[in-house]
Amino acid sequence: MNLEKVVFGFFIILAMTLNFGFFIGELTDPAQHDVMEMFAAIVVNLIATVLKFGDRTQVGAIHIASSLVAVLQLVAAAIVWAVAVHVTGAGLTPSIMASIVSLAGGALLANIVSVVLLVIETVMLRR
Amino acid sequence: MLGTAPDSAPPRAPAGVVPTRALDEPAVGNVVLLFLRRMRAPLLVLIVAYAVALLGLVLIPGVDPEGRPWRLSFFHAFYLLTYTATTTGFGELPYPYSDGQRMWVTFSLYLTVLAWIYAVGKIIALFQDPAFQRVFAATRFARRVRQLREPFIIVCGYGETGSLLVEALDRRRMRSVVVDSSQARISEVDLRGHVWDVHALCADVRLPEVLAAAGLRHGDCIGLIAVTDEDATNLAAAVTAKLLRPELPVLARCESAPTAANLASFGTDYVINPFEVFARELGLAVHAPSQYVLREWLTAVPGTPLDEPPRPPRGLWVVCGYGRFGRAVAAELEREGNRLAVIEPDPRNAERPGTVLGSGTEASTLEQAGIREAVGIVAGTPDDVSNFSIGMTARELKSSVFIVMRKNRRQNDILFEAFRPGFVMQPAQVIATECLPILTSPRLARFLAAAERKGDAWANELASRIAGVSDTAPELWSVRLTPTTAPAAWREAAADALRLEHLLADPADRTRRLAAIALLLERDGRDALLPEEATALEGGDAVLFCGTGDARSRQSFAVNSRNAMHYMATGEATPGVLWAWFTRRRARARQAERGSAASSRSISA
Repeated sequence: MNLEKVVFGFFIILAMTLNFGFFIGELTDPAQHDVMEMFAAIVVNLIATVLKFGDRTQVGAIHIASSLVAVLQLVAAAIVWAVAVHVTGAGLTPSIMASIVSLAGGALLANIVSVVLLVIETVMLRR
Repeated sequence: MLGTAPDSAPPRAPAGVVPTRALDEPAVGNVVLLFLRRMRAPLLVLIVAYAVALLGLVLIPGVDPEGRPWRLSFFHAFYLLTYTATTTGFGELPYPYSDGQRMWVTFSLYLTVLAWIYAVGKIIALFQDPAFQRVFAATRFARRVRQLREPFIIVCGYGETGSLLVEALDRRRMRSVVVDSSQARISEVDLRGHVWDVHALCADVRLPEVLAAAGLRHGDCIGLIAVTDEDATNLAAAVTAKLLRPELPVLARCESAPTAANLASFGTDYVINPFEVFARELGLAVHAPSQYVLREWLTAVPGTPLDEPPRPPRGLWVVCGYGRFGRAVAAELEREGNRLAVIEPDPRNAERPGTVLGSGTEASTLEQAGIREAVGIVAGTPDDVSNFSIGMTARELKSSVFIVMRKNRRQNDILFEAFRPGFVMQPAQVIATECLPILTSPRLARFLAAAERKGDAWANELASRIAGVSDTAPELWSVRLTPTTAPAAWREAAADALRLEHLLADPADRTRRLAAIALLLERDGRDALLPEEATALEGGDAVLFCGTGDARSRQSFAVNSRNAMHYMATGEATPGVLWAWFTRRRARARQAERGSAASSRSISA
């Protein structure tokens, strides 16, 4: 067992679980999607992305790509949120909440791809 | 030695030089990837610092002016951090902070500012890191070479020879790419001030990936010259080139016989040993001075003054320094029927009977060797100062003596000009004149090889013709009669109306001759030396000319201009497009007139 691998796996899986935690719930209901969870998901996703930097392999390239997609989607969701609440003053109407949550849902898919890649890599290594 | 390698030898490579990986990608690596990998730690520190500071800012409650508790939203907290972490400072927004908030802002300020300092410091350190800079330079070099769209030559080694070659190539409007293992020499490439950008890389040419990055597999690469100081390095470069691009002409410098044999064994096109080449030239100057002059003039950089040929006398020669250079010269002098006296400081090299031990810089050793009776002296030590000392002493003892000097460093050019020895041998110069025709003009190389078999009288006649055409070293150029390279001349040739003399006529007045000489006519892979001017030319023929730059540009206009070429071939000035249309119209009108007149006549009849 190798501590580096543990940390790597930990952050990738945590990125997915936090993302999932934010995503789950009624699509248009702000009460079911906590801003703190969103914040945590963004931070952990960023960390996971940086941890993947510098891998030259083909799998490494897909890893980085999926993480970048997740970060992009989550940041887009955060920007929509901030604009709705602070700039336009529209507040978290059901339609805005729906777009935030669906952006996060896209990020969740990318995170799932990351985890699947991680699992595949591990299985291949075993053989 | 200059010779083509036997074709039958199978390609062989010494162990350790065989390329094992894909060479198309620049082996030097990806700068972005390296940058990201090095930036991992600073980026993580930044993310964590921001996350901690943000979280605290959002969680710690404040009190608004009405006394109600409030909290910063993530947006406001991020905004606050953005202007404080970068030490801009802005004030407490949207309400004055509670003491708890202030305490946390103080903490997060230190945290994020330190994180930024760390990250920025890392980035700056990374850019100053020699390893990173090397990778950066290598990537840039590989990209620039990939983007080259003109023919270029790879020069391995930018020492005396390499720099001379690059300069000569540059003067002939040929691009070169330089690889050398010394950073100091690579920095010199930019300082030399070439007309064209010379891309240079500091790397080990023994690595196949370095040569690949230098454009070995580039379609526009037309040759490789390996002229580093070490035979082994030249060998490695030649092996790599022959394995990756078997059809590419490869020239290698080599000073030892076993390496030369090895180079020739796997098909290196030309193996050049500067000492032997010079000795041969000296021999040529002794027994066939006109051949020597012809060679010098045709290989010199265009525009340099045509020098009078040196005339080394026959008789007793004193050879100072019996190393590789001395031996090669001595052998050639003996072959020409001269007597020899050798002076050599190292007893191990004194295997020749009658060798005088000493440096030759003192009068006593020179007199012992018989300088008073000698007709010539060879100052061939590897040290220029010693060579000058030998030459000056010899000249003092016998003012009429013919002096052959070896020049080791280009920087001493002024001294050589002041001293004016009878014959100067600079290994670098020798290699450059030997290499250039082979790579830049294969027809010239074939011409020179064929000319050597003709007599000295033949060469003398041609040399005086060249001197009559141009008073500086002539330009050399080829014209190939194809629809793309010389469309007008090809048209005339296809109509069987073109003779060689037409190409040598002035397009402004065909009775006048251009200042040019046709050296070689190539037809169906066969060469004809100094073709007759009345020779009829056919499509596909190629002619090698020498002459002035003016003649070259006039001819280049003529072979591309239909009217000019037609005028030169037939003497008829063809009209321009407008005039042709006008004449056709008039002819038609006249015909129509005649036709109507005829019909009216028939009616009346």
